Amino acid sequence: MTDSINATGADGGLGGFFQNLTDSIISQIPFWQDVLLPALWDGLWVTMQLVVMTAPLGFLLGLLIAVSRVYGSAPVKWLAQLYVIFFRGCPLLVLLFILYFGLPSVGIVLGSFMSALVGFILCNSAYNSEYLRGALQSIKRGQLLAARSLGMTKMQGVMYVVVPQALRRALPGVSNEFIYLIKYSSLAYVVAVIELTGAAKIIASKYFMYFEAFAAVGIFYLVIVTIATIGIHRLEMKYAIPGVSGAVGKVSKGH
Amino acid sequence: MSDVPILKVENLCKSYGDLEVLKSVSFEIYKGEKKVFVGPSGTGKSTLLRCINQLTIPDSGFVYLNGEEIVHSGKKINGYRQKMGMVFQNFNLFDHLTAVRNVELALLKVKKLDKAAAHEKAMYELEQVGMADRADFYPAQLSGGQAQRVSIARALAMDPEVMLFDEPTSALDPELKREVMEVMRKLADRGMTCIVVTHEMKFATSFATEIYLMEKGEIVEHGPPSDIPTSPGFVKTRAFMGSYVEE
Ligand SMILES: Nc1ncnc2c1ncn2[C@@H]1O[C@H](COP(=O)(O)OP(=O)(O)O)[C@@H](O)[C@H]1O
Ligand SMILES: [Mg+2]
Repeated sequence: MTDSINATGADGGLGGFFQNLTDSIISQIPFWQDVLLPALWDGLWVTMQLVVMTAPLGFLLGLLIAVSRVYGSAPVKWLAQLYVIFFRGCPLLVLLFILYFGLPSVGIVLGSFMSALVGFILCNSAYNSEYLRGALQSIKRGQLLAARSLGMTKMQGVMYVVVPQALRRALPGVSNEFIYLIKYSSLAYVVAVIELTGAAKIIASKYFMYFEAFAAVGIFYLVIVTIATIGIHRLEMKYAIPGVSGAVGKVSKGH
Repeated sequence: MSDVPILKVENLCKSYGDLEVLKSVSFEIYKGEKKVFVGPSGTGKSTLLRCINQLTIPDSGFVYLNGEEIVHSGKKINGYRQKMGMVFQNFNLFDHLTAVRNVELALLKVKKLDKAAAHEKAMYELEQVGMADRADFYPAQLSGGQAQRVSIARALAMDPEVMLFDEPTSALDPELKREVMEVMRKLADRGMTCIVVTHEMKFATSFATEIYLMEKGEIVEHGPPSDIPTSPGFVKTRAFMGSYVEE
């Protein structure tokens, strides 16, 4: 036991072990400062761009698909359904390959970043549409009937009465999908987009610092996901309907 | 009494598959009249009300609102519906909006009032049903009776010419039924034309200018409530009321 510790420390003893550890960390500071972190910041910037552009577009497209599936005419329903079957059924990796390597052979060249972005939006919207469809269908029929009885068109009833309620119900699912998006955005490296994970991979193999690079990248993701989770929680609190179970009321209950 | 009825229903028919829910129902209602429909469950009373404001499209027959045919009116139905306020058994308040916003919504989106005008009108209507002090409460924070009063205010805000009530008190505890009936009586006293479906027989006989008994999709008996105890034309109605009380 003591032998092994002694063997680690150059001048023997516990103090020596920590001395060594500190020395090795200090000796790595230039690597972190000058190589790893700058590369990761660049990668983070690309990841953020992908996520920040995909999330709203994937959400809106998902909503459009969901509303089409629930309230559209027969052909519109059918098209929306086809969209979901295709983009939910196709593995994201395969989808990215098709967009990046396949489309150029029919004359459509999207480039790395665009391929990743388009792939993510298609995938994200297909999944979101399923959460939103379930939520739309869970809203009681009477809500739309009441809206229509007041003279609202079907469109107005859906927009002002059903959708706002459905969004609240879909929020946990859509949020979950957002967290997934942050993580699967690392797949962009297969179409040569150097985002957070890709950046770490390059540094790791170049400097043979696998543990450091991926530990750092893990912490980056953890921080992003934690911030996102806090944001989502705030959103849920903000839009909770007072009086509905689990919701925090703005107005206290009467009597 | 003007010579054109506010609402005239002519030979309305509606089937779901093989089930004939409405078999040629006809009646008319003039300004200020209160027509109350009673009858066993599943005889098509709700379907009749929904076929009047076209939330359900009848298979055949006609509905005239102030003399204008509305069954086949296309997009104009959204305008006609404002003239026919509807109150549902389950209130159907918009769950995500406060009481006052429930009343404001259609004023903003359908009547296109500006925010201040819509708010003022909504508060006025809430006051009329005694709910102004709960204006900022959400539906889930209201009792059933309160929620139903808000839903009446919401319908009244559109300035309807006739109100359709579909079992407005059926979902309520006995002590809460009264507050809703009081609001309805007040409305009736102000001259509102009403079509009411209810199982409250005492209320029905004191409220109605005419009572209709529906059975299996047809109006089988009708007349002024004062005739119910004695008239030979109300045999079935008496039997129905008797059986209903005993239940
Ligand atoms: N949308 C529908 N689809 C199929 N059957 C329906 C529908 N709406 C009502 N019905 C049927 O029509 C009949 C009459 O229903 P309803 O008008 O609600 O009766 P009431 O209001 O008198 O109780 C019932 O047997 C009911 O099951
Ligand atoms: Mg009914």
